[in-house]
Amino acid sequence: MRFQFVAGEVAAGLRRNTTMVVAVVLVTFVSLTFVGAAALLQSQIGKLKDDWYDLVQVSVFLCPTGSLMPTCAAGEATDDQIDAVRDVIDTELADEVEAVYVETKAEAFDAFTERYPNGYQGTQLTEDDMQASLRLELADPEQFAVVSDVLTGRDGVELVEDQRAVFEPLFRTLNVATLLAAGLAGVMLLAAVLLITTTIRLSAVSRRKETEIMRLVGASNLFVQLPFLLEGAIAAVTGALLACLGLWLAVRFLVTDWLERSVDWVAYVDSGDVLTVAPFLVLVAVALAAVSSVVTLNRYTRI
Amino acid sequence: MIRFENVSKVYTRGARPALEDVSVDVQRGEFVFLVGASGSGKSTFLSLVLREHRPTRGSIYVAGRDVARLSAWRVPKLRRELGVVFQDFRLLQNKTVYENVAFALKVIGRPRSAVRDTVPEILDMVGLTGKEKRMPTELSGGEQQRAAIARAIVNRPQILLADEPTGNLDPTTSLGIMRLLDRINSTGTTVVMATHDDEIVNEMRRRVVELSDGVVVRDEASGGYGERESILPDVGRSAVLDTPTGSVRRLSAIPRPGQPRVRAFTRGEA
Ligand SMILES: Nc1ncnc2c1ncn2[C@@H]1O[C@H](COP(=O)(O)OP(=O)(O)OP(=O)(O)O)[C@@H](O)[C@H]1O
Ligand SMILES: [Mg+2]
Repeated sequence: MRFQFVAGEVAAGLRRNTTMVVAVVLVTFVSLTFVGAAALLQSQIGKLKDDWYDLVQVSVFLCPTGSLMPTCAAGEATDDQIDAVRDVIDTELADEVEAVYVETKAEAFDAFTERYPNGYQGTQLTEDDMQASLRLELADPEQFAVVSDVLTGRDGVELVEDQRAVFEPLFRTLNVATLLAAGLAGVMLLAAVLLITTTIRLSAVSRRKETEIMRLVGASNLFVQLPFLLEGAIAAVTGALLACLGLWLAVRFLVTDWLERSVDWVAYVDSGDVLTVAPFLVLVAVALAAVSSVVTLNRYTRI
Repeated sequence: MIRFENVSKVYTRGARPALEDVSVDVQRGEFVFLVGASGSGKSTFLSLVLREHRPTRGSIYVAGRDVARLSAWRVPKLRRELGVVFQDFRLLQNKTVYENVAFALKVIGRPRSAVRDTVPEILDMVGLTGKEKRMPTELSGGEQQRAAIARAIVNRPQILLADEPTGNLDPTTSLGIMRLLDRINSTGTTVVMATHDDEIVNEMRRRVVELSDGVVVRDEASGGYGERESILPDVGRSAVLDTPTGSVRRLSAIPRPGQPRVRAFTRGEA
């Protein structure tokens, strides 16, 4: 009886306030889409870091022919120079460097042709255009400065580069995008709270007579307020579910079907990540509705 | 059943108190009229019993509860012991008579079977059988008040509060309503009724508590309405006394067990 009665009241309330309810659904939908987008961007950054930080750490580029660096005055790095550098790594940097991989010009060329089978921007490069390098895996990636200090300036070493730094601009961009999405989400969430508050208030006012009688015959506070609470919650959660659906479709068709096909060497967020974010979005929606309800109902349906 | 101990109620700080040092004790099963001029504090008295307001000073006990100190979440429990009816009926216009009465049970979580059994019984008691499916607008004033009374007593409260229940009704219809209230009282329900209706008060000869500017000026075991002049302000006086002179209205007495029928009276005697 209780359940049936409350369900009936909720249905009646939703019907009576259709336009407002639709507005709440849309605003929560948009705001939570932004919240979800921010979360997915962060998870994308995480994936990229996982992927790339392991692959590339420190590259010690060896002198190619024609380098202008003073350490490369003798031309292309010789085997002796390379051995000397490896010696230093094995002794002075024994604690910092965990492993050393040598990438010869031939290997660099193979990797290059694999990535760009049709040449780079129209130019067919040859193996001689490539540069040999030592790839260092550090015990602690943060120790780049020490490694760089020791190796920079040695004969045969053109450049010591922290490959992670290459990604910094990309991560900065993604972080800014996250902030933007989060900022928009914040504004929209505020709008959602105000809208839910107004909706509940309208609903409460239009049912003043009912609630007045309910109070007089001794209906409990919860019983009087529950229909309004549920109305707000249902509208907000519907918005959240739409946001989840929207994000899922966006990831499915934009990322998985399109981006991944065109640029396939990057790990992307997938529908699974959307499912991880979804419960939080629903939770945020419930919290929104709860906050709005508590604020409104204590003023409009007081015992 | 209802006990006021030195109760004062001041609505707005600095304003004249709506009730001042009121002490009244209503026993279980009593029928009490609250009379007094407009603004004398009758509705305030009833709203304090309902705990719509808290007293500024003093203690109020209703059905064994200390109402002034009752915490908010216990208020619904108190109100389930009370039934209330008003001058303006307060029926929900979008519900039928049956639904209006059933509403009072549904919202306190009564099981469906209880609603199905009780509502027709109560509607029969107030004499609305056959009109269950009518909307309030399809009822006469008297019938609407019967529906409102049905809603007030459907949960079998110990106390029935009535704030000018006959205020919108003609004398004959009022009499029917009074018979009904009397019958409800005779089943053991305590009734407190605020009224301006002198005929009814004089006819019923029940306990009368008269308020004047928030002070109890009379508490009589089986009293009459009292002097018109002292109760009605100047404006109201002529309006009421201007009823056609010489029109002698007979009110058939309301039968009460163990009491002789009350002598019919004419307005002139009042
Ligand atoms: N909610 C309120 N806020 C402020 N003042 C109020 C409130 N309710 C009543 N009053 C004041 O309290 C006094 C008593 O009012 P009350 O309604 O109890 O009188 P009453 O005897 O019921 O009058 P009537 O016969 O006209 O219904 C009046 O002066 C009124 O203006
Ligand atoms: Mg009043």
